[in-house]
Amino acid sequence: MNIYLQLFSSFAKIGAFTIGGGYAMIPLIQREVVERKKWLDKEEFLDVLAISQSAPGILIINISIFIGEKMRGVKGSIVSALGSALPSFIMILVIAYFFENYKDNEIVARIFQGIRPAVVALIAVPLITLSKSANLNIYTSFIPIITVLLIVLLGISPIWIILSGALLGLFHFYFTRR
Amino acid sequence: MDYPLRSTPRPFSLLLYPTMIYLNLFITFFKIGLFTFGGGYAMISLIQTEIVVNKQWIDAATFTDIVAISQMTPGPIGINSATYVGYTVTGNVWGSALATFAVCLPSFIIILLIALLYKQFKQNRWFNAALKGIKPVVVGLIASAAILLVTPDNFVDWKSWALFGGAFVATWWGKKSPITIIIVAGLLGLLLY
Repeated sequence: MNIYLQLFSSFAKIGAFTIGGGYAMIPLIQREVVERKKWLDKEEFLDVLAISQSAPGILIINISIFIGEKMRGVKGSIVSALGSALPSFIMILVIAYFFENYKDNEIVARIFQGIRPAVVALIAVPLITLSKSANLNIYTSFIPIITVLLIVLLGISPIWIILSGALLGLFHFYFTRR
Repeated sequence: MDYPLRSTPRPFSLLLYPTMIYLNLFITFFKIGLFTFGGGYAMISLIQTEIVVNKQWIDAATFTDIVAISQMTPGPIGINSATYVGYTVTGNVWGSALATFAVCLPSFIIILLIALLYKQFKQNRWFNAALKGIKPVVVGLIASAAILLVTPDNFVDWKSWALFGGAFVATWWGKKSPITIIIVAGLLGLLLY
């Protein structure tokens, strides 16, 4: 099979079958790309993963762009990214079309009335694991608190806070490096 | 469809010119793609502040529904919300395509650059230092996303809070998957309301 077609179908398969996105996708990608297709060895995959995680954007899109580029340059990266985005794009488009017409339906409204608070809980739970992995101490735990105050009370865009966080990290490194 | 404006009119706002909605959509999702560090939940908070709070293209309740739908369908939440919001804001497929393209574009530019400078990037201590500063901010971003979604539309009565508590416990201690949580919460919603 044509390599572009292979890249497209491999990533489309991953995009179509991982619910929830993000970290749930990693084992699937590894099985497909390292074990089945043998496009990368395990070490290269871990490198790709590390860099894709630290770069901004959507993890699976970053990974597919990276692997596509390694295989066939820019063209390969476009085909791979398209493959991983297309299944959810089509599915959401269909859902959006129907949901926009049916969300005022009484039964749908009741179902979503129950779902909404649960979604807020789903967003709140990862906070616990995340604050552990961010290695917060007495000094750095002020950063998330200030972030919340700036966003919730003052309506400041997260973009500015992310940039300030990056600058703070750079200053800290500059003054403590020797 | 008409385009919701901010409460205080801004004469130079792109939103005043309907044809400019596409440009505005593109810029907004490009920013979201460029500044999302730390995965899907961090992206939720960015999308929310840009689209619900700033641009007011959709309300908090609709945004919560989009997150729920994203959690139940395959694919990354960034793609799902770009597609959905692009559709609701413009009312057509092109809005979806544009928003989805825009949210992926920064990844292309950055990953292709990194692929070029692969070796230098891998052990760049300055870049890692900047990331270290971003990490605690991401914790705050996700906390804000959760707080900003506690609206009167999402939490109508004590039953909403009971559902919130139940979902929290089931996810954290019960290790239940988001899909299970959403399906059960939906069924309970049908029974309770």
